[in-house]
Amino acid sequence: MNESAFNILWLQAGSCGGCTMSVLEYGAGGWFRELETSGLRLLWHPGVSEETGDEARAIFSRVESGETRLHALCVEGAILCGPHGTGKFNRLSGTNRTVLDWARSLAAKADYCVAIGSCAAYGGVPASDPDPTEASGLQFRKARAGGALGADYVSQRGLPVINVAGCAPHPGWIMETLAGLALGVLGRDELDALGRPKFISDHLAHHGCSRNEFYEFKASAENLSQLGCMMEHLGCKATQATGDCNQRGWNGSGSCTRGGFACIACTSPGFEDIRDYHHTPKIGGVPVGLPLDMPKAWFMALAALSKSATPARVRENAAADHIVVPPRIAQRPKT
Amino acid sequence: MTRLLLGPFNRVEGDLEIALDIDGDAVTSARVMTPLYRGFEQILVGRPSADALAIAPRICGICSVSQSMAAASALRALYGVTPTRNGVLAANLAHAAENLADHLTHFYIFFMPDFARAQYSGQEWHAAAEARFKAMKGDAAPAVLAARKRLLEIMGILAGKWPHSLAFQPGGTTCAVDLGRKTQLISILRDFRRFLETVVFAAPLEAVLALETRQALERFCAGEGAAGDLAAFWRIAHSLDLAQLGRIAHPLMSFGAYREEAGPLFASGLFDPANGEFAPIDATLIREDSSHAFLRDGPEEPARARTEPDVDKPGAYSFARAPRLGSGQRFGAGPAEVGAIARQAVHGRKLIRALIAEHGGSNVFARVIARLVELAAVTTAAESWALALALNEPFCAPSPVEGEGEGVGLVEAARGALGHWISARQGKIRNYQIIAPTTWNFSPRDANGEPGPVEQALVGTALSGEGSRAAAVQHVIRSFDPCMVCTAH
Repeated sequence: MNESAFNILWLQAGSCGGCTMSVLEYGAGGWFRELETSGLRLLWHPGVSEETGDEARAIFSRVESGETRLHALCVEGAILCGPHGTGKFNRLSGTNRTVLDWARSLAAKADYCVAIGSCAAYGGVPASDPDPTEASGLQFRKARAGGALGADYVSQRGLPVINVAGCAPHPGWIMETLAGLALGVLGRDELDALGRPKFISDHLAHHGCSRNEFYEFKASAENLSQLGCMMEHLGCKATQATGDCNQRGWNGSGSCTRGGFACIACTSPGFEDIRDYHHTPKIGGVPVGLPLDMPKAWFMALAALSKSATPARVRENAAADHIVVPPRIAQRPKT
Repeated sequence: MTRLLLGPFNRVEGDLEIALDIDGDAVTSARVMTPLYRGFEQILVGRPSADALAIAPRICGICSVSQSMAAASALRALYGVTPTRNGVLAANLAHAAENLADHLTHFYIFFMPDFARAQYSGQEWHAAAEARFKAMKGDAAPAVLAARKRLLEIMGILAGKWPHSLAFQPGGTTCAVDLGRKTQLISILRDFRRFLETVVFAAPLEAVLALETRQALERFCAGEGAAGDLAAFWRIAHSLDLAQLGRIAHPLMSFGAYREEAGPLFASGLFDPANGEFAPIDATLIREDSSHAFLRDGPEEPARARTEPDVDKPGAYSFARAPRLGSGQRFGAGPAEVGAIARQAVHGRKLIRALIAEHGGSNVFARVIARLVELAAVTTAAESWALALALNEPFCAPSPVEGEGEGVGLVEAARGALGHWISARQGKIRNYQIIAPTTWNFSPRDANGEPGPVEQALVGTALSGEGSRAAAVQHVIRSFDPCMVCTAH
């Protein structure tokens, strides 16, 4: 066994398991080989480890006692604090202890604590109204600092919880964050105010959207499956949501907007509280949520101008599910 | 009499705890506990009905498309929408990709590593099993995970991403396929076929689908398919007599899988292992019993039930309810087993019915074989769906979102029958109830004290002196491929 490996213990809390399903897709030679390549060692993972029952509990005990060094605690899923703060909606099976209790105990031992997915980061879908289980992220409850570990928590290496947000996150987000920690290049300065690694959250989901020309001309889709921009009518939040989503391929070549449906801002705390995901709320015909950092008056002026300048090709394709008007054939590119 | 508590029970999807009563070396009684409750049915109430398409898939990261399909199907009934032909084909393809990936993940990542355990070191096949299937280290994993990754590129093309996509709508799917993408889909499926034919079966898929008897399967594993992992499993299963392990004879139930013009690819219905008979399923008779669940008692019809947790309820031991077929059903009112074995037995696949008949019920061996055979059957069907996509026809019919009344969506997830029951008024969800496949298989006892299928399948299991570490217990439980996150949701 490689003694210099970066030890990871992976806990599933109030989770759907989707973050694990996502990361299992990482790497051309499979996730296990990629972990090895990155110098990462899974002490235990609920989905893939051989050890079960008392064998797994023994691993937990050795970490808790300090006998085994824990470089990173990864938690997937919301910490369910209910009912009434008892955590009884989620016991760690075989231990008669709640996951809330385990997460606090193990996080205290970890060099780094990583929230895998929006549930572990902010509460996610289980925290949606009426929040029946008092679901919380590790260090945030929605966008409010605090959470299961408290606002003041720092890991052994002095970092707050690192939030790999997303529902589910891109496999690269998870693995690159862990590899960055193992390499010692992901410090506090690399995290944004919501604990998200900046290499992900310094981008907007809109950046690289293949519907860009439709966005520029405000040529909008009115029904799902149409090719136009989904911001005006179909609820798309990509200009408000952080993430380099459209600069990566998801499952090969995909992304939400390439797949024909709206960005629902799954990397943001509170995305679970949106109502009517595929409908854009408007006041006086103007979308309530405008692109981040864009002055409203300028947006309105440019949108009006763009609409008046929309080429027929863009307008007609926006309302179709495949190209009905192709670009004019240029005899040769102008130089 | 002693009691053993098994947990955390891993290499399953989600959280599972098992309590076993032991007399001598054998299990006399088992209790299956689902220790996680997230409250999805409470979260869905009051939302716009179409939001079910965003929330319900997030119940489960491993059968997310199945949850989407059930929600879309229930909304289709509510809205009165007919999906486009392309939309049906594209949804079938994405659903197939998920189900095939699930079967593959189950076999290689969840189930087979138990045969690499040290307690089998005396077996002649152990060294080979360890080299090939050991958890995270076996030499099968790199090629399997690469094949899974390639297969899931279907999601990138048709569904944007996986898990958790909004591409599955009542009117079809949201991403039209052009010529380039159609050829990509066909290439991905051909790659997957090649992987199955070289690694899993070491034989053409058609040869696997032609197997109709146990004897034919044995000849295949000793001959044409001897170099495949199916044959490796068969040699281990034969040596350990896995056909005698985890046996039960409940009715097997399927809601019917993959929509085609002439009806589902795999039929819906009930199959009675005791006498080999088929009967239609009447889903309106299904009931959910809460007597041993940490949930308040109430109406037992899924369309009327409400979900309110009660962690201090006397006599409760699981967050899962106990679904039962309901009185009036042809093969009795009690528990049913679901999953690939049920789907294939109900559909009439001769090999699976033969393996059931030979042992008077389902068992560990037959459950695993049913999944592997399904890999072959679904892959060949998916090839035909990709070829049938009509490039200039629509993928998604527009759909109203203001439906009133009730809708039911009954589909098959990889792990079996999945039902969503919705009622809505003025566009808002009034009630939403879900019965997941593992809720059937891993149900607790009901008010009559009748245990659920896995609770019964564990009874009689010999521990071979290994106590709570007994591999036989692991085999029985994992042979059902539980998805515990779906179970109590």
